[in-house]
Amino acid sequence: MQYSSQAVAKPYFIAAIGLFTGQVLFGLIMGLQYVIGDFLFPAIPFNVARMVHTNLLIVWLLFGFMGAAYYMIPEETETELYSPKLALLMFWVFLVAGAATILGYLLVPYATLAKFTGNDILETMGREFLEQPLLTKIGIVVVALVFLFNLTMTMLKGRKTSISLVLMIGLWGLAVFFLFSFYNPHNLVLDKYFWWWVVHLWVEGVWELILGSLLAFVLIKVTGVDREVIEKWLYVIITMTLVTGIIGTGHHYFWIGTPEYWQWWGSVFSALEPIPFFAMTVFAFNMVNRRRREHPNKAATLWALGTGVMSFLGAGVWGFLHTLAPVNYYTHGTQITAAHGHMAFYGAYAMVVLCIISYAMPILRGRAANSEKAQVLEMWSFWLMTIAMVFITLFLTAAGILQVWLQRYSSTPIPFMAAQEQVEIFYWLREGAGVMFLIGLLIYITSFFVSGETKAKAA
Amino acid sequence: MSGTFTKSMARNIFYGGTVFFALLFLALTFDSMQAIPKRDNRANLTPSVIAGKKVWEVNNCIGCHTLMGEGAYFAPELGNVYKRRGPEFIKAWIQSQPTGAPGRRQMPNFHLTEQQLNDLVEFLKYSSEINTANWPPNIEG
Repeated sequence: MQYSSQAVAKPYFIAAIGLFTGQVLFGLIMGLQYVIGDFLFPAIPFNVARMVHTNLLIVWLLFGFMGAAYYMIPEETETELYSPKLALLMFWVFLVAGAATILGYLLVPYATLAKFTGNDILETMGREFLEQPLLTKIGIVVVALVFLFNLTMTMLKGRKTSISLVLMIGLWGLAVFFLFSFYNPHNLVLDKYFWWWVVHLWVEGVWELILGSLLAFVLIKVTGVDREVIEKWLYVIITMTLVTGIIGTGHHYFWIGTPEYWQWWGSVFSALEPIPFFAMTVFAFNMVNRRRREHPNKAATLWALGTGVMSFLGAGVWGFLHTLAPVNYYTHGTQITAAHGHMAFYGAYAMVVLCIISYAMPILRGRAANSEKAQVLEMWSFWLMTIAMVFITLFLTAAGILQVWLQRYSSTPIPFMAAQEQVEIFYWLREGAGVMFLIGLLIYITSFFVSGETKAKAA
Repeated sequence: MSGTFTKSMARNIFYGGTVFFALLFLALTFDSMQAIPKRDNRANLTPSVIAGKKVWEVNNCIGCHTLMGEGAYFAPELGNVYKRRGPEFIKAWIQSQPTGAPGRRQMPNFHLTEQQLNDLVEFLKYSSEINTANWPPNIEG
């Protein structure tokens, strides 16, 4: 690696992969609970498993983003990190806080956890994805601020590239919008309205800036295409992201007590949200086709192309599928939503983090790329996980369409649980695809321990 | 992209476009805040409803159920459960959990007091009276 302080990225990446594994294991538990309802009950009720599953996702992606930023910013700004020690300290703070929170979910009843972590002082818990105790939320803010301070100070003393600027805007946005998690009005409509300022403005807003800059960084490295060209693309893509995505928040304001004009604003703007994702796919393929060098890390290139395609399919196509208000009227809060959520998160965020890990980890371990043998294994894991996710999404979509028909659309609607029993076969198939995903993940992890002849040492 | 379209032009469009649409979103939010009081049933936001919302939150009900379509998709929609089942059924149901029926999805027993049960029901009643533009499509949620 070019700058010794980039090494702090390594523990972040390792933690990300570890927590990712935990996320997938809890996903499999929940998948089984969908068909064997009393599986692991009462030890791990579904709501606990789901909290662990989604919170681990958020935390491992944050670890991935932070690792990526610690790796990228020194190289982009051409200077050592302001304080590598602070970065390592924050790693341990975040890891311990994260682990303690997950253990709290698993070992203590949620109401008890709320009572002993200050929820009575400021009620922020018990809302989807923002289940973390107040102390954890404060911890996240502290870690984020120290992290941003460290990177901002690094940037101020070094070269300011567009990629690093976009990354920093995305990361600052992430921290700023998280502050809305502390606002929980008694009025349910207002609660929901501003809850989306965290959730939507993260994943369909500022996170896409982080996604774009990570992808642009890897593409510059593996293709050798001129920085001017890549950064121009990056600006065009993120312009479309925010132009469509900010007002696109309106697609969550159809049925929660908000004015009905949101059905127009939300439908029109969110229908345009696939465009930046499509541009991202075209961008990735275009740059790889115009490559000026043959980078020895084939696996990283594969992840870069993969994240382009899968984010377009998952976020773009599967998002569009149910975003128009007349469609969403029937699909809102069904397995269709779950299908979209799975492929979008995997395609856009899991894959881009795995992409930067794939590129950076060999360099952090003192080589330009892994051995042929290790790369082949990694590419196998790419295909297994990606194809498994396609099937998970297809099976959930099938379940969702049937659910909508049985419970909402037919002339004789049946109750929720009756409909769930009718679609059971698709939950079994989804669980099978989930096992395939886990196998892919285990192969992925194995690929880090496979030696063989390595390529030349990195410059 | 042609050669005349430079990176700095792209950057300026990014900043301009973002600021414009962020301001538009804020304006729409401001307008929504004026319109929401007519729809959000705030007149019935009693201390009991507020306490009920807290019961809802600290027991992580959203971890299995949806409320107005948002939450987890493991258990029934509860935004309209007050209208579907009525107060007494809801209370009896919560108290009789878990059913223990083999292979069936299980809901934990949260050991709620009579007061907490009443507050929760009041919260669900309040939620069911929010104007949700006729969602869900039918009583099954």
